[in-house]
Amino acid sequence: MRVIKIDKKDWESGVGKLFGDYSLFGPVKQGAFHNFAPLEKGQMPDLDYVNTRLSPKSVVYPQCETMFEYTLDETQPDHHVNKEIAKDYSPRAVLGIRPCDVKAIDLVNINFDNPQYQDPWWVQRRDALTTVALGCNNPCATCFCTTAGTGPFDDSCADVLLADMGDHYLAKVRTEKGEALVGKAGWSQDAAGEAGAMDDLAKQAESKISSKIETGKLASKVTTELYDADFWEDVAFSCINCGTCTYLCPTCWCFDIQDEVQGKDGCRMRNWDTCMSGLFTLHGTGHNPRPNKTARVRQRFMHKLKYYVDKYGDGIGCVGCGRCVQQCPVNIDIRRVCELMNRFEPGKECA
Amino acid sequence: MQNPYLPIPVRIDKATIETEDRNLKTFKFVYVNPEDEEKFQYKAGQFGELSVTGKGEIPIGIASSPTEKGYVMFTVNRVGLVSTALHNMREGDIMGIRGPLGNWYPWERMEGKNIVIIGGGFAFTTLRSSIVMLLDPANRSKFGDIHVVYGARSPGMLLYRDELAQWEARDDINMHITVDGTDDPDWKYNVGFVPTITEQKAPKGDDDTFAIVCGPPIMIKFTQPVLEKLGYKHDHIIMSLENRMKCGIGMCGRCNIGKEFVCKDGPVFTLEELNTIPKEY
Repeated sequence: MRVIKIDKKDWESGVGKLFGDYSLFGPVKQGAFHNFAPLEKGQMPDLDYVNTRLSPKSVVYPQCETMFEYTLDETQPDHHVNKEIAKDYSPRAVLGIRPCDVKAIDLVNINFDNPQYQDPWWVQRRDALTTVALGCNNPCATCFCTTAGTGPFDDSCADVLLADMGDHYLAKVRTEKGEALVGKAGWSQDAAGEAGAMDDLAKQAESKISSKIETGKLASKVTTELYDADFWEDVAFSCINCGTCTYLCPTCWCFDIQDEVQGKDGCRMRNWDTCMSGLFTLHGTGHNPRPNKTARVRQRFMHKLKYYVDKYGDGIGCVGCGRCVQQCPVNIDIRRVCELMNRFEPGKECA
Repeated sequence: MQNPYLPIPVRIDKATIETEDRNLKTFKFVYVNPEDEEKFQYKAGQFGELSVTGKGEIPIGIASSPTEKGYVMFTVNRVGLVSTALHNMREGDIMGIRGPLGNWYPWERMEGKNIVIIGGGFAFTTLRSSIVMLLDPANRSKFGDIHVVYGARSPGMLLYRDELAQWEARDDINMHITVDGTDDPDWKYNVGFVPTITEQKAPKGDDDTFAIVCGPPIMIKFTQPVLEKLGYKHDHIIMSLENRMKCGIGMCGRCNIGKEFVCKDGPVFTLEELNTIPKEY
């Protein structure tokens, strides 16, 4: 890893040079919110933002995508056979992504790329992706990343980590992908001597995070006891199962598969799905193993804070970005639920 | 890169109505590209995703046995969009299968042991696969006594009736066929619910005897205490679960019970394993 300096006057020209080699994504203001979107040639990412409304997971995992195509026309030799389609796996880079959101991509990777099965679309898009993260000088009140396994300047995941130092950026270039990108942008000014300033900034940012969770006891809880805890009814009471939390969450990866047909042409699609929907688990017979909202709310929190913890032994399935806390229409707060879960003792319930 | 979502094209070679209510049909598929058979090497207890273009996919237990070569067989209950479309398809039609998926009954662990197979209703498909596999001359000597308790609502609702009769006639398998009730005066097998017949006919549980249970929730609920009474330990009771699925490979996230995915970590679990996870199935 090395540290380089990028003068802000060289930022725009450097980004401009990347358009030929990468499809670029970055935060752009859409109405009242920022979101990650493809950048048009010459368009600059708007780095004057704190957190985007939706997570950037769609850069590697689109909300809807075609899996296969087929024809139902029986005069065609390969009718009714699903066929793979060409997809764009040319290099892409996301500029100004937050460190927690990069961490989330690594976290979700455990689902889509494992020894037994590899999701070809996820794997190839992630391989094609270079991440240029921007550390958070001023985290939100809802950020709890430092106790969720990451932090405002977490440099463990991104290919390049930027720190905004006022008139210039300092950049930690961590990987070969990162080196290739800064090389193409023409950013090369060595700043090894300033690494300490970047660390100081990181410490300052971390100290601004006042929101913390405790997760240390989750792994030792008995799953079935936690599942039967009395507090789930309370937690779920105000939930309207709208699914907002799941769509904006950077670590929610569930999807649905649907066939779409127009005339004789058809395709198989996959779309983000939500465990907040009763349809998610409804059996053909009408039986539903998660028949009510309490069961569904419990599933979401148990998945992130217990099942994930137990299955992978690698911390919680949450990076503390705080989006669900900010945007839940009925103010359900994962930090509070985590507290209830972490301190739960069977038979001694008192919320 | 191997695409685990891409179905293998197959042709419907034969479709047979199994039950008097005409809701269960057995489909025998042959591979459009014969070399694909190599990719679909399965063990008894696994399942596949049946893919109907324009409709979708459904996870169905494999009813044929790995010892039956050249084709693969599934028995499908007509219940929703895909299964209804499948029931309306004709012999010769092209569709797809994906798999084999999930784990299987623990044959490696059960080698040399006695096996009691307990099935109810249309959940007999992977049990048929198991029985055919076990009775294959190459496999029969590897296992001890084999008992089968299989029940349905009425004689006309039993699956694979010709084969049941053939197995009845053999002396290397103990068949205990039963129906909930019948007005057929010629019915020569048992009458009674599966748990009752299990209590009467199944051997006592011990370290060398395993029970494989597959059936509707109500049957499972009442069979479990019977097996406990007979002395079966929870790690000797093997069960196969179902949940709504899409991907079948542990990625789409909907079939989990606790931290286990029914599609990838199951569908086969011991009762001992199930005791540690929420009963969301």
